[in-house]
Amino acid sequence: MGPSNDTDPKLAAYAHPERLVTTEWLAQHLDDDGIVVVESDEDVLLYDTGHIPGAVKVDWHTELNDPVTRDYVDGERFAQICGERGITRDTTVVFYGDRNNWWATYALWVFSLFGHPDVRILDGGRAKWVAEGRELTTEQPKPAAVEYPVVERDDATIRAFKDDVRAHLGKPLVDVRSPGEYSGELLHMPDYPQEGAVRGGHIPGAASVPWARAAAEDATFKPRADLEAIYQQEQGLSPDDDVVAYCRIGERSSHTWFVLTHLLGFSRVRNYDGSWTEWGNSVRVPIAQGSERGSA
Amino acid sequence: MTEASTRALPPQLAELVEDFAGVGPKDRLQLLLELSQELPELPERYADAASTMEQVHECQSPLFLAVEVGPDPEQHVHLFFSAPPEAPTTRGFASIMSTGLDGEAAADVLAVPDDFYIALGLGEAVSPLRLRGMAAMLARIKKQVRAATAS
Repeated sequence: MGPSNDTDPKLAAYAHPERLVTTEWLAQHLDDDGIVVVESDEDVLLYDTGHIPGAVKVDWHTELNDPVTRDYVDGERFAQICGERGITRDTTVVFYGDRNNWWATYALWVFSLFGHPDVRILDGGRAKWVAEGRELTTEQPKPAAVEYPVVERDDATIRAFKDDVRAHLGKPLVDVRSPGEYSGELLHMPDYPQEGAVRGGHIPGAASVPWARAAAEDATFKPRADLEAIYQQEQGLSPDDDVVAYCRIGERSSHTWFVLTHLLGFSRVRNYDGSWTEWGNSVRVPIAQGSERGSA
Repeated sequence: MTEASTRALPPQLAELVEDFAGVGPKDRLQLLLELSQELPELPERYADAASTMEQVHECQSPLFLAVEVGPDPEQHVHLFFSAPPEAPTTRGFASIMSTGLDGEAAADVLAVPDDFYIALGLGEAVSPLRLRGMAAMLARIKKQVRAATAS
């Protein structure tokens, strides 16, 4: 039997409260059997400057991506990544990271492609843990290697490819990039490197909901009522909608995927990881520019 | 890296390149971490980084840069960087520039090949995407050196 769920009242209001833990819960369960804490950051060195005691590191760029093909690692490599970190198929994996858990939700999404059953996010991530003055260590854990089964990645349920999105035009799409990227004025995130799209704009019909609107000041997720106000009341999305979220390479949109799926209980949300760096470079796909959604 | 291209680098920078090239990817990351911890503190006059320094937008995390060129005949270059502790990779890149180029003559800084950082072998350890910040840093340093020596 795995660890108990966090019964914090704020979490209890979410559709799937078992997908989140508070910093307090984690502090009390750090030494429990069956839990592995995974730090996943934008900055590849941040973990090494100090991390939650016992936490292991998974780097998205260098570890979850296939080094050659633009794709995620396969089942064999994924089994290796987990096994050498002491993660079995029954392990409760708690992810946390920098920047409002942006990369932590990405790592969780990739683990979900392999159907890892018990995945959770530390609400507030690294920033909250640090702000509360909780313990950090530079001591590298040395987990004993364990056996993780080779599981085939499921690319149909929570992942969308370009052709899926073409077939989806006219149905709900959420563009989670900045307003400038959405309108087409910017080809990349403000203050971030140009990552190579030859056309600017958005997929016709997509609603613009920048991902970080789901995060509160202290990097936690906003309470359920606030999230419903944004995605349901303001944007008119409904939990039984078939939704595709995208950004630039699929990382910011995994944050929104997590919010819609686990916090608001939407039943069919897919993350289009090809995102704008694929769509904005593709020949003859429809594009809308400006602040209006446009139609396909 | 060929000998011809190492020769074009200022001695401190060439030494860093050799240090990085001489170890495996994991140790390169450790080396970068150590460098990030050695990035010199800013002098008082740059305390308010955002208004007195140039921002390097190509870096994933906020980095500010200032370049001073001395009045001496060789026009020695001094470099100042500001990056937060929660951006150790960016600090590490800045530290490579600081260790490798601070105090060099303007002409020697301008002669550093734009792609010198490839020889550090960090692509595999930190991903090529993250390395773009380093190329941008050098480009901005050179631009400021050019501007300061043109007048």
